[in-house]
Amino acid sequence: MSSPIQFDPVRLPADAEALRREVRDFLSDEVAAGTFDPDASPMSDGHDVEFSRRVGAKGWIGMTWPKEYGGQERSFLERYVVTEEFRAVSAPVRAHFTADRQSGPVLLKYAPEEIKMDILPRITRGECCFCIGMSEPNSGSDLFAAKAKAEKADTDWRLNGTKIWTTNAQNADYMIGLFRTSAPTEDNRRHGLSQFLIDMTWPGIDVNPIVSMAGGSEFNEVVFTDCKVPADHVLGEIDGAWKQATSELAYERSGPERFLETFYVLVELVRAVGDNPDTRSAEGIGRLVAQLHTLRRMSVSVNGMLQAGKEPVLEGSIVKDLGTLWQQALPSKARDLAAFSGSDAGNRVAFDELLRHALVIAPKLTIQGGTTEVLRGIIARGLGLR
Amino acid sequence: MTETDNIIIDATARIFQELGDPQTLNNAPDDAWREPLWAALEESGLTLAWVPDDLGGAGADISDGFDILQTAGRFAVAVPLAETLLAGWALSKANLQVPQGAMSLALSSRANPLRLTDGKLAGRAEAVPFASGVDHFVALAETPDGAAVIQIDAAACNIETAMGIGGDPQGNVRFDGAAPAALAPAPAGIANETLMLMGAAARATQMAGALQGILELAVDYAGERVAFGRPIAKFQAVQHNLAQLAGETAAAVAAAGSAADSIHHADNFNEAVFFEVAAAKTRAGEAAGEGAAIAHQVHGAIGFTDEHILHRFTRRLWAWRDDFGSESEWAVGLGALVAANGADQLWPMVASR
Repeated sequence: MSSPIQFDPVRLPADAEALRREVRDFLSDEVAAGTFDPDASPMSDGHDVEFSRRVGAKGWIGMTWPKEYGGQERSFLERYVVTEEFRAVSAPVRAHFTADRQSGPVLLKYAPEEIKMDILPRITRGECCFCIGMSEPNSGSDLFAAKAKAEKADTDWRLNGTKIWTTNAQNADYMIGLFRTSAPTEDNRRHGLSQFLIDMTWPGIDVNPIVSMAGGSEFNEVVFTDCKVPADHVLGEIDGAWKQATSELAYERSGPERFLETFYVLVELVRAVGDNPDTRSAEGIGRLVAQLHTLRRMSVSVNGMLQAGKEPVLEGSIVKDLGTLWQQALPSKARDLAAFSGSDAGNRVAFDELLRHALVIAPKLTIQGGTTEVLRGIIARGLGLR
Repeated sequence: MTETDNIIIDATARIFQELGDPQTLNNAPDDAWREPLWAALEESGLTLAWVPDDLGGAGADISDGFDILQTAGRFAVAVPLAETLLAGWALSKANLQVPQGAMSLALSSRANPLRLTDGKLAGRAEAVPFASGVDHFVALAETPDGAAVIQIDAAACNIETAMGIGGDPQGNVRFDGAAPAALAPAPAGIANETLMLMGAAARATQMAGALQGILELAVDYAGERVAFGRPIAKFQAVQHNLAQLAGETAAAVAAAGSAADSIHHADNFNEAVFFEVAAAKTRAGEAAGEGAAIAHQVHGAIGFTDEHILHRFTRRLWAWRDDFGSESEWAVGLGALVAANGADQLWPMVASR
């Protein structure tokens, strides 16, 4: 290992606090107007196009991007504040969040100018929803086993194959998908994959919902049959998509959404045990809050590294590994800690319903977007073990 | 060890490399290493970093002192460096000159405070780190005129020492009949709780350093040790254990660093500082337990021997998580604070900076 693991105590800039107040005011107005109910929205699909447009109008989508593409050129730490405030109240961000976090930055880096000028401003206005086409029926964690093909036909490309577990594909305007353009080489099995920008209205795309054990159908199977893609929709290097993935990962892995997905359970647990809990509940809540606080400080620190132009892949993976395990364990721990708090005060109504939901969705939290096992492999590589 | 851009960290690391290397200390037949190590730390001003120049110290920042402690933790510091830093800090808060030599805080319980009447002390302090091996104790005492910060010569006290779980001396100190060598009224905001906060932040920082130390040891060992025909670092089960150790280390480093930073920037020991320190001591204490267990598992039987240096780190991790309040005690305090403020204040508290 080259140097000790460091997470410097990054402080949020002073103007971020003014921004935080503005975001809180906006969100409480939205709650008051009935857009969403923090006690019910975890159970909804979180997709609200009108809400996303109002968020876009505030300048809070793509806020770190250049102004020429509709961005605000604000810092990663300011984006962090916006993201965490939305997550803390379970605001319905699904219609814009994937594009804001991942797809937009990929387009910024790899798309041709006309496409950037066309799509990025629409993303920032909250008018453009993205999904990500990575997993396939026979390749999940093993991304480089992808078989869905892109073949050259004249100047265009033709897509054939199936993507699966594609979150929000049913609502997305675009997908950024990974397709095989060549066979892997003997010395590099990661070779041969390319990224494509796909308009979901094109012919040859079927989106089939998959019902999850929690009841909703947020994820889908997406089948491509001779889907025609213009040549300028290739993102980055043909056959070299594996090189493009690394920098994305640090952005994708370190955000507050990686530990706040079941945060509502903790809030309602505190309400359920009341203002004078017994020692057991107090200790349990204290430990959970200490763990949450630590995750947040780690996540802020990683965003400080991003702001400084670094690529904290190891640090980002650590935040996601610890964060996803924490938010997964939270419902069970809350269940234990609330076991002896009575329901007579009426302060458990929201808790019980939210807990049931959180317990049921918990298994996915350490699978989606990179499993615990994959993350630990990446951390091990960062430690020099691979 | 890589050079950093921080001269205090580099100076601390250099002294420990030369005079306080864990392997050298572990091999040593006696305690002859102790005096030169301590002398070098004193000469460079590290032991009194938190004492202003005019009171006899080095006048460094609060954050510098925490950097010293984290670096010392990486070497499983076996001298009362943290104890002297903390005691010097307490003395200087009361505007008292610091004496020569090593010191330790001797905190009495709130239920049974140390009392000073007619110039004589009555009371005791329990589980005092380095109760033997320091020249002075610093304590808070109730006097007829209010609380006072006092300095007492160790020779004037009755000390029962035992070996703590960390392998450093720890003991109970009876002050009965002793007269303080120096005293001054405790300034506003300096109370037992404040000293506990500083002590807990110091121990969290030392634990972060020691976890960095055992992560490095475990990664190196896994790369060297061959089993079933290859280095054990190549086995996925071992890799995943080490990845978890890295996570626990990272959590302790981040939590302790944040608490130190909050103390560095705070005007006083307010609720926000309590929140930070309670969280850091709790999380670093948890990381100490988890991390030590993984480091031992990776090292196998050799890590359980006296000749291997791993125990110098892991035993101190177990000691430091107990000192100045265990994670259970701090978590109860933190949970009570969160509950008293109510569910709707939880997020504003967490996101306060």
